[in-house]
Amino acid sequence: MAVEYSWPKKADAKVLGTEHDRLDGAAKATGAAKYTYDHTPAKLLFARGLGCPHGHCRILDIDVTAAEKAPGVVHVHVLQKPRVGDDGKPIQPEIEWEGELLAIVAAETEAAAAEGVAKIKVDFEPLDVFVDDEDLEAAEKAKRTSKGGGKVQLEKEPGDDEDEDEFAEKEVNRLLGEAKHVVEGYYGIRPITHCCLEPHGSVCAWDGDKLDVHLSTQNVSGTDEQFANALKVAAGDVHVQCQYIGGGFGSKFAADYWGIACAEIAKATGRPVRLMLTRDQELKLGGNRPSGYLKVKLGADENGVVTVWDSQHWGTGGARGGVVGHGVIPYVYRPKNYRRVATAIKTNCAPSRAWRAPDHPQACAISQTAYDDLARVMGADSLDIFRKNLANIESNQKAEVYAAEMDIAAKLMDWKAKWHPHGKGPAKGSVVEGLGMAIHTWQGVAGNSNCMLRVHPDGSVESFCGTQDLGTGTRTVCAMVLAETFGIPVESVKVNIGSSKYPESGPSGGSTTVGGVSESHRRAGQEALAKLAEIVAKKLEIDAATVVARNGRVGSKDDDAKTMSWKEACSLLGHKALEVTASFRRGAEGTPLSGAGVGGVQMAHVAVDRETGVVRMKKFVAVQDMGLIINRKLAESQVHGAMIMGIAYALFEERITDPETGQFLNAELADYKLPRLGDIGELVVELYEPESERARGVIGLGEPPVIGPGAAISNAVCNALGVRVPVLPLTPKRVLDALAKAKA
Amino acid sequence: MKRITGDAPSGRVASGFSRREFLRGSGAAAAATALVGAGEVAAGAQDADKGDGVARGKITVVLDVNGAKHEVQAEPRTTLLDALRNQLHLTGAKPVSTDPSSGAATVLVDGKPACAASMLVLQAAGKKIQTVESLGGTKLDPVPAAFVSADAEQCGFCTPGFVVAVRAFLNEHPKATDDEIRSGLNGNICRCGTYANIIRAIAIVRGG
Ligand code: FES
Repeated sequence: MAVEYSWPKKADAKVLGTEHDRLDGAAKATGAAKYTYDHTPAKLLFARGLGCPHGHCRILDIDVTAAEKAPGVVHVHVLQKPRVGDDGKPIQPEIEWEGELLAIVAAETEAAAAEGVAKIKVDFEPLDVFVDDEDLEAAEKAKRTSKGGGKVQLEKEPGDDEDEDEFAEKEVNRLLGEAKHVVEGYYGIRPITHCCLEPHGSVCAWDGDKLDVHLSTQNVSGTDEQFANALKVAAGDVHVQCQYIGGGFGSKFAADYWGIACAEIAKATGRPVRLMLTRDQELKLGGNRPSGYLKVKLGADENGVVTVWDSQHWGTGGARGGVVGHGVIPYVYRPKNYRRVATAIKTNCAPSRAWRAPDHPQACAISQTAYDDLARVMGADSLDIFRKNLANIESNQKAEVYAAEMDIAAKLMDWKAKWHPHGKGPAKGSVVEGLGMAIHTWQGVAGNSNCMLRVHPDGSVESFCGTQDLGTGTRTVCAMVLAETFGIPVESVKVNIGSSKYPESGPSGGSTTVGGVSESHRRAGQEALAKLAEIVAKKLEIDAATVVARNGRVGSKDDDAKTMSWKEACSLLGHKALEVTASFRRGAEGTPLSGAGVGGVQMAHVAVDRETGVVRMKKFVAVQDMGLIINRKLAESQVHGAMIMGIAYALFEERITDPETGQFLNAELADYKLPRLGDIGELVVELYEPESERARGVIGLGEPPVIGPGAAISNAVCNALGVRVPVLPLTPKRVLDALAKAKA
Repeated sequence: MKRITGDAPSGRVASGFSRREFLRGSGAAAAATALVGAGEVAAGAQDADKGDGVARGKITVVLDVNGAKHEVQAEPRTTLLDALRNQLHLTGAKPVSTDPSSGAATVLVDGKPACAASMLVLQAAGKKIQTVESLGGTKLDPVPAAFVSADAEQCGFCTPGFVVAVRAFLNEHPKATDDEIRSGLNGNICRCGTYANIIRAIAIVRGG
């Protein structure tokens, strides 16, 4: 009989939805958890890269003689070697961003490797540098721009012989002309880095032709092949492991060329090698998020419903170009008439990598600010404007859910009592307060996942899955799903993850992991239980269809006398473990276990000092739906984390690049400003899980709550000051500049 | 054609350069000798000063870590963090920044919080070093226990540094107010955003 997959009802669930402690919590809190950076096998060589100091240059020569002679240096590996081509002409590598690794030194100690790096001599020919991603005109002049796409959507259609572009121009202007309220705005958000606290890197060791890699990765099941292909060995001969990873946020999906180089040095020296990026290299190379700047004219009717949107936006994804996709502009809201155009700028900065909810935080920050400016222009309540415009949205979540979430958030924020029109609040000395909000959406569909499960005759349960735990609690989620399924304590499930030798599971990106592993583990669990039920039913002489597993017992769901302990039940397996493998493919139709598409509402309350320009968070409310909640405590932590990362990019962090040299000027933690414990104010999280949402199954949570903070906080600052500070992060200088400009 | 030739940029982290400069200024050999004199540095083969004022070579240093004596091999430039992690395999303290700006390498030195990444082994000799590992084991200290129950950790890479910082803070201020907590623990960075839960964890240990 085919097993019908399902989740227990909320009232029946014993483990799902509870606040179970993270299973690896104590290991992490006492230093017992071993990260890639912590692996120190015997005879380890310590490797360090030399980063290019120029934003754009050609490498004429690299001289490593002195480095090779430095005490303790064992091996120097040159990555960007100038050479002479077959035609006798010199081939000199062109480097397009600062920090790119040119060579790697492996030595007996970390300090010796650093000394070796310092002794490498490089001849550079500097080339022209362009890094200003905000000045579109300058970028066009420098021929650094390319089309990023766009779309025009109008209720009226052009006549048969009318030129489409001309018609659009006319129609947009007509709509703007007829609009009751018009906002002309400029908004921006600067590039930031992933800044993982554990930098990218690996520990590589060979045993003959077999390669063992400890890799700081979000992609355990996918990186073994990357190593194998690059090193020309069989994929089965590469074993990638990652039990703990110190942050990824979308930047750690690849083996990366420095990972391959680490393996090559290990091969060349016959010793294990550890190569981790240094802090500045991590900020320069480890990943960054594209910037976004937007100019818009929007028109609205007398109720504040936007009738027309006309925007142009641009930004940079670094040396490979790229820009926030036009498809997410304006964000969530989609007026009946719109025209949007995107332009990508190529700069001499390292290429961007996926950053938690790619494009969405920027899109939200540069477009929902315009919706708030509509409230400012009208003297209206922002909540009112955000609510009314729910009439026109294009989202993965329904308008009713947003409306319900707005009500909850407003209550938690005490919005009504605190609200005042923009710039009209009372001042305490030079300090004014304000409220702002934003809404967001994300897909969060479950990713591919396979789970191999063993139920042993002694009652122990082991699962194997090539997934990874980024700190979201994957391990704990897997155990909870199996514990719920078998009616046994969470601690009695041994979850094995973090190895490419385990059944394949998708990369952890795009909020796909918890959905994916819940699918594979629940499926495997239900399959195993069905098999066990047959054996138990036979023994108890009952119908297998009536067998349930709960409270540590297996047997009749109606008659307690016809049950046995979990251990007894498992002992019926004889000498052989029950082994089941279950598989989930992303996009499987009609699965009751996972869903896709969430929304969420955030509201910020800030205090701004008009004299110093300092913005302080007072309170920040997040209401978030995510389908069915597996672990309430971990889910809440994820939302907290996203809100704090949001506060970071809204108020503190940005990559600052020298326009002359292309150098990343603040690539150290002393200079790259991040919020500290005292900077976050009061955070309030409400996980919105009505039966209608829970019934949709598990939906990923990693990305959605990090999307709204930029717009919500910018809107709160605007509400406080009555003046828009256009570009994030809202540093004291930008606040003071905006105030001075408004005065002039 | 413009051509730039030169040493690799040292940057703040690129090399032990700045530290060597510092030692050159203060006389590394003298510094080492002074510490050797403290009686905690075992006899070792210190290379002769090669005439550049920089002491080289390894010596054996005895460190008092978590209540036990450990011998480590140290050059003048060897940091406490390097020795703890790469020789004693105490990897709780993390290499996040070479200066104390992240707080990830926080350990207790004679009971006071210190950054193991910017302290030399020679400075640590003769002092009582306590790492996060001393708060674990069979008897879990209330601070890491509260981090677990308040879920004050995500990726966990900042967590050991935070746990030690919180332990030190609560040793000094067992009855810290909420305001004191928010202003007294700003030396550590968490990228995953666990601050709210850390505040909760501290409240659990403090009581109330
Ligand atoms: S838990 Fe990841 S940096 Fe703090």
